[in-house]
Amino acid sequence: MATIQPIAGELEPHPDVALVAQVRAGDVSAYDTLVRKYERQIFRIAQHITQNREDAEDVMQDAFLKAYEKLEQFQGNSKFYTWLVRIAVNESLMRLRKRRTGKMVSIDEDVETEEGSVPRDLADWAPDPEQNYTQSELHKILEKTIKGLPPGFKVVFELRDVQGLSTEDTAEALGLSIPAVKSRLLRARLQLRERLSRYFRRKKGAEK
Amino acid sequence: MTCTEFLALLDDLIDDSVTTDMRADLKEHLRGCDHCEVTLSTTRKTIEIYRSHEIYDMPAGLRERLHAAIMARCKKGC
Repeated sequence: MATIQPIAGELEPHPDVALVAQVRAGDVSAYDTLVRKYERQIFRIAQHITQNREDAEDVMQDAFLKAYEKLEQFQGNSKFYTWLVRIAVNESLMRLRKRRTGKMVSIDEDVETEEGSVPRDLADWAPDPEQNYTQSELHKILEKTIKGLPPGFKVVFELRDVQGLSTEDTAEALGLSIPAVKSRLLRARLQLRERLSRYFRRKKGAEK
Repeated sequence: MTCTEFLALLDDLIDDSVTTDMRADLKEHLRGCDHCEVTLSTTRKTIEIYRSHEIYDMPAGLRERLHAAIMARCKKGC
């Protein structure tokens, strides 16, 4: 008996494809599912760029509303989430420009920083260094540490390393070239490492 | 391999996108270089810590409020 075989190499469609189709057919609850799936990630991206909680709340709301309104324009050539991130990044930058009274703010601005290009703090870290802090202290350290990085570095690190997007999807979401994403990621990782060393390095005299 | 050359390939090593030959060269460098070994292990740890501790989380109340606002607007056809 003939069975339907999947075509070799054919990829499973992303689950968002079906949800987007349902929304287009008028099922608002499918959009509800998409909102719940991505709200935390979008909020974090907005917070990284705006550095302001109220702005991040507004950006999250505006980004989801705009994506809903523009869903007909979504071609499906890119992933829904990549497309959503692009809207959220643009909303965040607009919000930041308003706050800075029209000063241009861009994600593709390549910031030359002395810091982080060469590792300076070469002391090893304590084993499980986060154990030396309470959850709340650790969150403060992590927020304070990433806050000082340029917006383009923070968002690349968030998308690639925290959310696990590919280099290609990150480049598409941010409108950056692949080499630009790679260069920002290396510098973001090294700068964060350098800054965290202050808190996590092995104390002198501590047992190996 | 120099430390600068190692550093240029650090991300590829972390992301596991190096060839077998290249990996052997990088490992060879690591055997004789404590500084690069520390840089690699602490950079990996940096990523792991950020990945496992979600910063900037939204309080549940706020999430529900925003969620209701979005859904109310969408039901009106935005």
